[in-house]
Amino acid sequence: MGIVKSYRLRLQRKRWRIRAIRKRRELEPIRNRTRQIKRGDIFLFSTMRNEHVRLPYFLKYYRDLGVNHFFIVDNDSTDGGLEYLSEQPDVSVWHSQNSYKRSRYGVDWLNWLQLRYAHGHWCLTVDPDEFFLFPFCDTRPIRALTDWLDASSIKSFSAMLLDMYPKGRIDAETYLPGQNPMDIACWFDSGNYTIEKNKKLGNLWIQGGPRARVFFPDTPEKAPALNKIPLVKWDRRYTYVSSTHNLLPRGLNLVYDEWGGEKASGVLLHTKFLNTFSEKAQEELERKQHYSASVEYKAYAERLAENPDLWCKWSEKYINWRQLEILGLMSKGNWA
Amino acid sequence: MLVHTALGRAEQVARHWAASDCPVVIHVDKKVDNKTYREFQNAIRDEPLIKFSKRHFCEWGGWGITAATQAAAEELLHSFADVRHVFLASGSCLPLRPVDELKEYLDARPRTDFIESATTSDVPWTVGGLDIERFTLRFPFSWKTQRRMFDKYVAFQCKLGLKRRIPKGLVPHMGSQWWCLTRQTLSAILEDPERPKYDRYFRKVWIPDESYFQTLARQYSANIESRSLTLSKFDFQGKPHIFYDDHLQLLRRSDCFVARKIWPHADRVYETFLTDGAGAMKRAEPNPGKIDRIFAKAVERRTRGRAGLVMHSRFPNEGWENGLTCSAYSVFQGFTELFEDFEPWLAKATGTQVHGHLFSPERAEFSSSQTVINGGLSNAPELRDYNGAAFLTNLIWNTRGERQCFQFGPMDTQKICWKLSNDPNAQISVITGAWAVPLFTANQNFSDLRREAARLQKIENKFLYKLRNPYAKVRIRIWTMAEFTESPMEPLQTIIDEIGNAPQRRLSEAPKMADLTGFGQFLQNLKNQGMHPHLMGDFPIHDDPITPVKKQRKPYLVK
Repeated sequence: MGIVKSYRLRLQRKRWRIRAIRKRRELEPIRNRTRQIKRGDIFLFSTMRNEHVRLPYFLKYYRDLGVNHFFIVDNDSTDGGLEYLSEQPDVSVWHSQNSYKRSRYGVDWLNWLQLRYAHGHWCLTVDPDEFFLFPFCDTRPIRALTDWLDASSIKSFSAMLLDMYPKGRIDAETYLPGQNPMDIACWFDSGNYTIEKNKKLGNLWIQGGPRARVFFPDTPEKAPALNKIPLVKWDRRYTYVSSTHNLLPRGLNLVYDEWGGEKASGVLLHTKFLNTFSEKAQEELERKQHYSASVEYKAYAERLAENPDLWCKWSEKYINWRQLEILGLMSKGNWA
Repeated sequence: MLVHTALGRAEQVARHWAASDCPVVIHVDKKVDNKTYREFQNAIRDEPLIKFSKRHFCEWGGWGITAATQAAAEELLHSFADVRHVFLASGSCLPLRPVDELKEYLDARPRTDFIESATTSDVPWTVGGLDIERFTLRFPFSWKTQRRMFDKYVAFQCKLGLKRRIPKGLVPHMGSQWWCLTRQTLSAILEDPERPKYDRYFRKVWIPDESYFQTLARQYSANIESRSLTLSKFDFQGKPHIFYDDHLQLLRRSDCFVARKIWPHADRVYETFLTDGAGAMKRAEPNPGKIDRIFAKAVERRTRGRAGLVMHSRFPNEGWENGLTCSAYSVFQGFTELFEDFEPWLAKATGTQVHGHLFSPERAEFSSSQTVINGGLSNAPELRDYNGAAFLTNLIWNTRGERQCFQFGPMDTQKICWKLSNDPNAQISVITGAWAVPLFTANQNFSDLRREAARLQKIENKFLYKLRNPYAKVRIRIWTMAEFTESPMEPLQTIIDEIGNAPQRRLSEAPKMADLTGFGQFLQNLKNQGMHPHLMGDFPIHDDPITPVKKQRKPYLVK
C-alpha cells in the first residue's frame, strides 16, 4: 500500500472520529453506570429501537457468555424498552431522538461511546437480534476467548452473520419475552454464500443466504452484507466504518487467513425473521432510515405480501456451534 | 516456580507441592507491582516450605527469565540442603498425578536429569527461522515491541556476515524450558568458575531460557534423559496451547506428571487435580496420544485448513487454496447432445449425482429438476453468475461424500472455464463438435443454424485452448465426435471406471445415441455455406460410418 493511500485512510479514520465526537451531543444519558466498570471487563455495545420484547433474552444470553457491562443507545423507543433497560444493574443507557440514518445507522453514536469508555477493553458490538457464537462457547466463557486472543496478539475477531428463519410463515408463531428466539427461527442456509475482497479496506464482503435466495434472486449485488467483525480489543484510535462490517485502521479487517489456513472465527445468529418482522419492515419502510434508501426493506415488503416462507428442503436445523464448524461456517482455527 | 500473572493460582499450586513436603521457591516477575507482590508474600507466609527469590524483569525471549531461574535455583539449593531433584515449573503449570508418584519416579532414577536438549541442526522446532542464528547473532531489540527493528537488525547481520563466537567447548542445544535436574548437575552449572563468561555470552542469545540450561547440562550431566516431564504443546507460532475445563477428561488420561499451561479460570481443572489428588488420574487407561492428536490437528487447521472451503476466516490468495474444491467431480461436454438418455444412464451406471447443464443461461439444471440443492444453493442464473466460481466451490463443498457430475457446453456461460482448467479435482471429458447435433435436428432456418454453429465452434475452441494450456491442472479426455461415434463403448468404459463408484464389471448397456443419419450431409452443407466445422473430426458425407448400435436379439429358448 502506497503512502498516499495509507494517508488517505488515516484521514478518513480521523474524519469518522471527529464525526463521532461531534455526534456525542445527540446522546442524552439516561442511566450511566460506567463507574462500576473494572479493568479487563468485557463490554457489549448496541443501538436499538422498539426491541423491548427481545431484551430479556438478549441480556440473559450475553450475561451468561460473560459480558460484564452493556452500553446501549436507545433510538427513541416507544415500547417501554428504555425504562426496562434503565432498571438493569449492568446496563448504561443513552437516548437519542436524532436521525438513525444521519448517525450512519448508529455507528457514530457507538464510535463515540467506545472512544470514551472502551479503550483497552474487549468489546462486542451487536444488534439486539444477533447472538454471538464462538468455538467452545458451550463450555468456555467469552473471557477464555479474549484471553486466548490476547495471548495470540489478535485484536479483532470475525463472525459471519447467519440468517435464521422459521419453517412456514414468518408470523406463524408469536415470540414472547424471555423466549429463546432460536427455538422458533432455527433453520439456516449452510452453503450458498459468496465472498469477495474489499480492496480498499481489506475486509471480506460476504453475501448470500436466505435473503439473497428469496428476496434478491435477480439482483444479487443488492443483497445485504453478512461479514461482521463484532469483537475487538478497543483502542481509542479505532473506528467502525460501515456498521460492524469493517474498521479502520484496516489491519483490523484482516480476520481471515490468505495462505490456505483457517483463523479462528465465530458466527452471529441473526434472528430477524420472527413475527415481529413484518411490522418492523412496514415501519422502517415509512421511516426510510435504513441503508441505501431501505432497499432491503422494499424488497422484503414486496415479498412479504406473498407467502413469506424462507424454508426450503435443504435448510439445515440449528443444533450447536460444532455443527456450524463442521459445515464450514466458522472455525476453531488453532484454538483447541 | 516462575510466576508472572494469576498469583492466586500460583499460590494454590505452590501449597499443593508444599503439602507433599516439596520445598518451593517462587520467583515473581518484577513487572508485578510491589503492592500485589507483598500481598502475595503475606498470603503465603504461613508456609515454611515456600520461599521467594530475588525478582528480575522477565521479557519473552530475553535474559530475564534465565536470570530468574538461576536466582531461584540458587535460593532453593541453598535453603533446602536435602533436595535432590529440582523441578522448574511455572505459575500456570499444574501437577496432574499425585506428587508422591513423581517422588517415587524420581527416587527410582536418582542420577537422571530430565531435560529436553537437542542440537539445533537436528530439529525443526524453531518458529520464525532462527535456529543456529539464535546463538551467533545479537538481539538488542525487543521482539514484542520493536518487531521491525528486530527483523531488520537480524537481516542486517546476516547480510554482513556478522557473527558472535560461541565460547569454546559449548555445543548449542535447545529444548523445552521446563526441566528437572539433579542437585549435582544444577549446582555444577551454577557454581562453574566459567559461569560469568557463559552468562555474558547467553545474555545476548535469543530465547536463552530454551538453551542456557539445555546447553550447559550437556557439559556436566552424566545421565541426560532428553525429554521434559512437563506436558506442554506448542502451536504454530511457538506459544503454548492452553488447557480449559473441557480438557479435563483428556488431562486425566494423559499420564503426565505436570501440564502447562492451564487457563487460570479453569476452576474445575484446578479443583479436580489439586483437591482430589489420589483419584484424579488413573481412572482410565493413560492416553497421552489423544492430546497430541487434538493439538496437532489444531495446528494443521490453522496452517493448511480444510481443502475446498472458502469462508470468512479462510480466503486463500490465488495459488494458495490447497485444493480449489474439496473433492473430485466430473464434467461432460457433448455427451447429452450425442446420447439421448445420457444423464439417467450415467446416474444408474455410477450411482453419482448427475446434473444437467449447471451453467445454462436459463437456470442451473440441478439433478431431478430441483430448484434448490444442498446447502440452499439456488438455481437462479443471476445468483449463480454473480460469482460462478463460488457457486461451483459451494456445490462441491455442500455435497461432500457424493460425487458430482454435470454437463457443460459452448451454449453455457463460460466464465467458469478458468477455474475448471485450474482445478485438479475436475475431470473433464469432451466430445468436440457434438454441439452440432441439436442444430442438426433443430427446425430452424439454415442461415440461423449456420450463424449459431459458427458461434458455438468458436466458444468450444477457446475452451479447448484453455484446457490444453500448459499450466492447466485439470484432467482431460478429449475425443472428436467422429472418433467417439466409431466405438463409443470403450471411452464410456474408461469414464465409468474412473469414477469408480460402481463395482468393476464390463458395461452391458450403452446410452442411446441420437440418430445421425444425414449428419455428414448437414456438415457438408455448413461447409458449402462457408462455415467449416472442424471440431467433429472427419465425417464422411454420404453413407454414415456409424452403424447404429444393433439391438441384440433375444436368443430363442427352447424348453
